[in-house]
Amino acid sequence: MCRDCGCETGLAQTMRGLDGRDIDLPYTHVLTEEKSARRTLELETRVLAKNDALAAANRRWLAERGITAINLISSPGAGKTLLLERTLELLHPQLPCAVIVGDLQTDNDARRLRGKGAPVHQIETRSSCHLDAGQVSRILDTAVPTGTRLLIIENVGNLVCPAAFDLGEHLKIALLAVTEGEDKPLKYPVLFHQAPVVMLTKIDLLPHLTWDRTQCHNNIRRIHPQATIMELSALRGTGMAAWLQFLQDLVSRGCGS
Amino acid sequence: MHELSLAMALVEQLQEILAQEKVSKPLAVTVAIGALSGVDHEALSFCYPLVTAGTSLEGVALQVEEVRLRVRCQDCGRESQPEEVYLLNCGACASARVEVVAGREFTLRALEVA
Repeated sequence: MCRDCGCETGLAQTMRGLDGRDIDLPYTHVLTEEKSARRTLELETRVLAKNDALAAANRRWLAERGITAINLISSPGAGKTLLLERTLELLHPQLPCAVIVGDLQTDNDARRLRGKGAPVHQIETRSSCHLDAGQVSRILDTAVPTGTRLLIIENVGNLVCPAAFDLGEHLKIALLAVTEGEDKPLKYPVLFHQAPVVMLTKIDLLPHLTWDRTQCHNNIRRIHPQATIMELSALRGTGMAAWLQFLQDLVSRGCGS
Repeated sequence: MHELSLAMALVEQLQEILAQEKVSKPLAVTVAIGALSGVDHEALSFCYPLVTAGTSLEGVALQVEEVRLRVRCQDCGRESQPEEVYLLNCGACASARVEVVAGREFTLRALEVA
């Protein structure tokens, strides 16, 4: 095939040599009908258009039922599951929650979260490093019972990939453990740019660390000047009241706000 | 490495377009990758041939246009292009109240066909 336009004439550009072997000729391209039929389709569509459409459908489904959804994203081990355990214990009795957990393998997180009264659904992504809107859409009906006010989606532990996939949530929340250092927001700007709320977790460990609070806050604001930053320790309970109040306010303001 | 999923979404979308436009011979695909899109050019270029293998897009070139970050300042109104994606402030007045106007996109820009 012609390397320039893909027409088939390029194929004919060999001749049999005297020794019986084929010789590739440096071909001169002739403008044929095929050449003139070459055209460019201007598309300008988002590659993730299908995911976005499914996410929009999820968002509509949730809005029709008055449910607010948050998407928790962090690196593995930043404290998403412990924060969720404590959140369910304290919040679910007053504000019905439902949880969807994404993990590559095992249902360990889902098992930790069960028994807190709220329905917990696991999506085992196996080799995929993120949740997508289709996976959420397939289980919304079963995972989120009538009467739910807050859907919490715990994404796969990963600071890069989950940021690219809208799930239909109303708010992306990034978690950053203080043990991860101050410069993660600069190293992973895509997520921190998209997350209007950043939770700094594990602050009970601060006495053992050389963590610079001002620098960490500044780094977050360089990427996301208007970000809401909260600090907490789910283990010790520090900052939990503010977090729960934040969720209550988010739900009472109504989804999409 | 979510670029494998992205490459799969791209190919799925392209195949729909080929069917819709009744194109038998795709020649080249052009995508735009914004600096703040979270899509890695190299990783996408690595995954694309793997995903197109055995499909009507096998061997069809993937051209990538990299889109620089552009922000508009809500204080002085001017647009500027930050050198680094982690420095989201106005190049003219240094205000941090900026809005991203380009650089977030990951789009299928064009498909050249015969």
